Amino acid sequence: MLGLLAALVAAASDETRAETPAERGRYLATVGDCVACHTAPGGTPFAGGRAIETPFGPIIAPNLTPDRASGLGAWSDADFLRALRRGLRPDGARLYPACPYVYFSAVRDEDLLAIRAFLATLTPVANPARGAGFGFPFNLRPLMVFWDALYFRPAPFVADPGRSMAWNRGAYLVEGLGHCGACHGAKGALGADPEPGVLGGGRVRGWFAPDLGGDPRAGLGGWSLDDIERYLATGSNGRALAAGPMAEVVENSTARLTMADLRAIALYLKQDAPLSQPAAAPSPVPNGRIGAAIYADACAACHRANGEGVPGLFPRLAGSSAVQSARPDTLITVVLHGGRAAATGAAPTGPAMPALGWRLDDASVAAVLTYIRSAWGNEAAPVSSEAVRRGR
Amino acid sequence: MPADALPAADVVIIGFGWSGALIAEALSAAGLGVVVLERGPYRDTASDFPPGFAPDELRYAVRHDLVVPTAQNTITFRNRVGQTALPVRQWGSFLPASGAGGGGVHWNGQTWRFRPSDFVLRSHLANAHGHDVIPSDATIQDWGVSYAELEPFYDRFEYLAGISGRAGNLRGHRQEGGNPFEGPRQRDYPTPPMRMTLAPTRFAEAARALGYHPFPQPSANLSEPYTNSLGVVIGPCSYCGFCERFGCGNYSKASPQTVLMPALRRRPNVALRTGAEVLEIARTPDGRHARGVRYVDADGIERYQRAELVILAAYTFENVRLLLLSGIGQPYDPRDGSGVVGRNYAYQTTASVQLFFDETRFNPFIGAGALGMVVDDLNAEGRDHARLGFIGGAHLAAMQSGGRPIQSRPTRPGTPRWGGAWKHAVARDYLRNVRLGASGSSLSHRGAWLDLDPTYQDRHGRRLLRMTFDFHANDLRMIQHATDRLAEIGRAMGPAEMVVNQRHGPYSVVPYQSTHNVGGAVMGPDPTTSVVNPWLQSWDVANLFVVGASSFPQNPSYNPTGTVAALALHAANAILTRYLPAPGPLVPR
Repeated sequence: MLGLLAALVAAASDETRAETPAERGRYLATVGDCVACHTAPGGTPFAGGRAIETPFGPIIAPNLTPDRASGLGAWSDADFLRALRRGLRPDGARLYPACPYVYFSAVRDEDLLAIRAFLATLTPVANPARGAGFGFPFNLRPLMVFWDALYFRPAPFVADPGRSMAWNRGAYLVEGLGHCGACHGAKGALGADPEPGVLGGGRVRGWFAPDLGGDPRAGLGGWSLDDIERYLATGSNGRALAAGPMAEVVENSTARLTMADLRAIALYLKQDAPLSQPAAAPSPVPNGRIGAAIYADACAACHRANGEGVPGLFPRLAGSSAVQSARPDTLITVVLHGGRAAATGAAPTGPAMPALGWRLDDASVAAVLTYIRSAWGNEAAPVSSEAVRRGR
Repeated sequence: MPADALPAADVVIIGFGWSGALIAEALSAAGLGVVVLERGPYRDTASDFPPGFAPDELRYAVRHDLVVPTAQNTITFRNRVGQTALPVRQWGSFLPASGAGGGGVHWNGQTWRFRPSDFVLRSHLANAHGHDVIPSDATIQDWGVSYAELEPFYDRFEYLAGISGRAGNLRGHRQEGGNPFEGPRQRDYPTPPMRMTLAPTRFAEAARALGYHPFPQPSANLSEPYTNSLGVVIGPCSYCGFCERFGCGNYSKASPQTVLMPALRRRPNVALRTGAEVLEIARTPDGRHARGVRYVDADGIERYQRAELVILAAYTFENVRLLLLSGIGQPYDPRDGSGVVGRNYAYQTTASVQLFFDETRFNPFIGAGALGMVVDDLNAEGRDHARLGFIGGAHLAAMQSGGRPIQSRPTRPGTPRWGGAWKHAVARDYLRNVRLGASGSSLSHRGAWLDLDPTYQDRHGRRLLRMTFDFHANDLRMIQHATDRLAEIGRAMGPAEMVVNQRHGPYSVVPYQSTHNVGGAVMGPDPTTSVVNPWLQSWDVANLFVVGASSFPQNPSYNPTGTVAALALHAANAILTRYLPAPGPLVPR
C-alpha cells in the first residue's frame, strides 16, 4: 500500500528543454523524426528494421543503437558526420537517399553530434537487419555515386542576416533536420528531392503531401500562423486533421517540439515559402448530381451538408487545401482505404475515416470526389475513374 | 500463488463499462497502475463502428452482437419460490452487454439524475405519509449517500460526456424549460437540448395543456460538438436513429469509447485486457483482504492477477455472482430475511401507448436514443400516490428513438400479420404512428432476489446466477395509474386510433422491457442490510469496491446511467482521498 501512496505523490517529471548535448540531441532527433524510420513496427525505438517503401523497392532502415556489431557502437564521430552529411558509410558504401542526408548536409556539426551523443545513451540492441530489396540496377549501391553526382549538392545552412532570428530558425529546421521537402517536394524521376525551399507538394505512400506554399486554395495561403502552429502541435486546427504519414510526423515529432520552434517553422512556411503555381483551373463538373447524391448518402452525416465538418473530428472539406490539392491521391486513398487522424496529448481523439472502397465503385468515388472538389466554392480539377482504379 | 501469476498491479478492475472506465480514468490520472479485465472483445469507434455497417439491424438489434452470448454466461429465471428456474437461452426482457465499453456502447443515452428524495426513499415516505404506506414485504431503504454529496459527481460525469439538456433547477432557482422536479444543480448542462421532432413536440403541447411540465430528455446523443476536460472531441448527433443496441459510428453518443478511451490509451499505467473472464476474487486465508483475481484469458489460459485494490465493476448480475462464487458476504436468505448478497433485486415497470394518425407524418426514421420530451410530474414527490394506493411513480415520454426497418413495423389492431393487406398497412402507418412510453419505479421486496442456481452451470463449471422476480402488486397499480395518464395525453394529441399496452403480471423474461436490472449488492449505512457502505466499499473486504447499479437498494423510474456514473466517481474519489491515506474500512463495522 505504501507503493500506492508513493505513486500518488510522485509528480510527473516535465520534460524541460535540453541542457546536456545528449538531451539536446534527443530533442533534435525528435525534430528529425529519426524514430519513425529507424523503428520496426512494435520494435525497440531506434533499433531499426522498418521497411521504408520507395518507388524502387523497400529499404530496411538500419539500427541506430550503440550495438557494436549491428548498430553505431563502432562508429566514430567523423563516421557519423560523413554518413549524415555525404551519405557514406564507414566502409565507404553509399547510403540510399531514403535517408534524407540531402537535407542533413544543412545541419550544423554541433547539432548532428548532439544527436550522436543522444543515440550513444540508448541501450544497445543487436538487430542486424538492413539492406534494400531493390531490383537491378538500383540494387547496386556503387551506382549511387551517379545519383549523388546528379542530385546531391551538400549545402550547409547559411542564415539570412536580413531576416529575423525566428525566421532563420524556421528555415534551418524546415530545410535541415525537419526534411519537410522529402515528402512535400515533388520527387524527380530517380527519387531526387526537389531544390531546397520548394515545397510544392509531393506523393508519398499513396498520399499527396500538400503544397506548403502560399497558394490560397491548395497551399497555406489561407492558413494563419496560429493555424500552422496548432496543426503541428496537436494534429488538428479546425481546418484540417493530420492523417496518413503526416499523422506519424505529428505524433512522433512536431507535437513534441517547443512552441518557439513551431512558431519559427510557421513564420518560415507562411511568409517566405515561395508561391507555387495556382491550382489547375476548374473544368465543368461531370456527374455533379450523382456526386452530390453520393455525398449526401455517404459523407454528409459527418462532414455536414455544407462541407464544414466538425473541428477536431471530421475535417472541413469546404476551402480545404487537401481537398483542392493539384493531385487527388490523398482523397482517393482516404475514401478507398480510410485513415486515422493523429492522436496527441492536446488532441487525443484520433478519429478515423472509414474505408468506403468496398461499397463505392471507381465511378462513384470519382463522382463524389469531383463533387467535393467543386462544391462550396472549392475549385480543383475533376477526378477520373481511372485515377481511382489506380488507387485501389 | 499459482506459478503463472502476473506482475502485481496497484488496482485491478473487473469490467470495462462506464463504471470500470470512469474509475480507471480517475485512479490512473492519480498515478496508480491499473489493470482492467473485460470478458468481452475489444471495441472502438474506428475499428468496430464505421457508419457503413454500424447500423446493421440484423446483427445488432436482432442477433444482439453487443450482448454477452448466453453460451458464455446467462442467468436462470423463475417468478417465485416453488418454481424451477430455467436458463435464459436467448436474451429478451433485458440485454446484458459484453465487451469494451459495456452497456455504454449500446445504450440509448437517456441521462438522468435521481431526485434528492430517491436517496432517502424509506425515511422520506415514512416522514411524508407514515410507515403504513410502505408495503410490509417491501425492503426499500435509504442509500446512505445524499443527492448533495453526489451532485459534484453527477456534474463531473455530465461534463465528461457532454450531456445535452436544459437545467430545471440551478442552485435552487427554477429554470424555465427544464425539469422543475430535479434537485438543484450547480450549473447548466454542457450542451443545449437536442432539436425536437414533431412527435415529441405534439406530446409536450398536449401534456402542457393538461397541466404537466414537459421538458427535453437530457441526452448523451449530443446536440452539438463538445470537447471534454480530457481533450476528447464528441461530435454532433446526426439523428440517424441507431442508438439502442448499436455502437455509434459518428462519435456523437457518449460512451467509454468516445469520452474516455482516447485519453486512457495514452496512459502507460493503464492496461485493458479483453477476453478476460474473471472466475473468482482471491483473498487472504482470513478472508478479510482481497489479494487479486483469478481469470481465464483470451487464449483460455487461467491467470492470476494480484492487486492492492480490487474493483468489481461488471454488470449487476456478474457483480452479485462473483461475490457469491467468491464467498464474500453472507448470501441473502428469503426465508428469514437474513444475509445481504443477492438481496433487493429490483427492475423497472414499463408500459406504452401507440397512436395512429390518418394524415400527420412524423418521419420516425429521424431519431436518437434520447430524442424526446418527458413529463416527470407523476414521480413520487409530485403527487400524493399513497392516497391512490401505491408508492413510487413513473415518468412519461415521447421518445423518437428511430424507426428502424426490421423491427419498427407498427400496424393498427386487426391488421393481418402478412400479405398484401399487411404491406398496405405498413406503408400507411410507418410514417403516421407515435409511441409513448411510461417508465415506472420498482420496489425491492422479500420475493425478489438473486442467488446461485442449484442445477445449471456455465462452461467453467460455475453455478449460474438465479433470478427470482415478479412485479409487486404496488408496482402494477402504480404503472396502471401512470399508463392511464399517458393515454389521456395520447388522446389529447388527436390520433385516429390508440392502443394502450398496460403492464400485467406475472413478469415475463421474454419480451424486451428494460436493461435496468439493479440491486443484489446494495449500498447502505447498515451492514445487516447492505453489501457495501456508502462509498461502495465491501463491508467484509476493505480493499474491494463493488460498483454499478448492483448497489441500488431499489429502482426509481429513471434510466440508471447518470447515477451509476456518479456513484463510480464518488467511489473513486473516496479511494483517493479517504482509503489510500488510511487503508481499511471507511466506515467501522
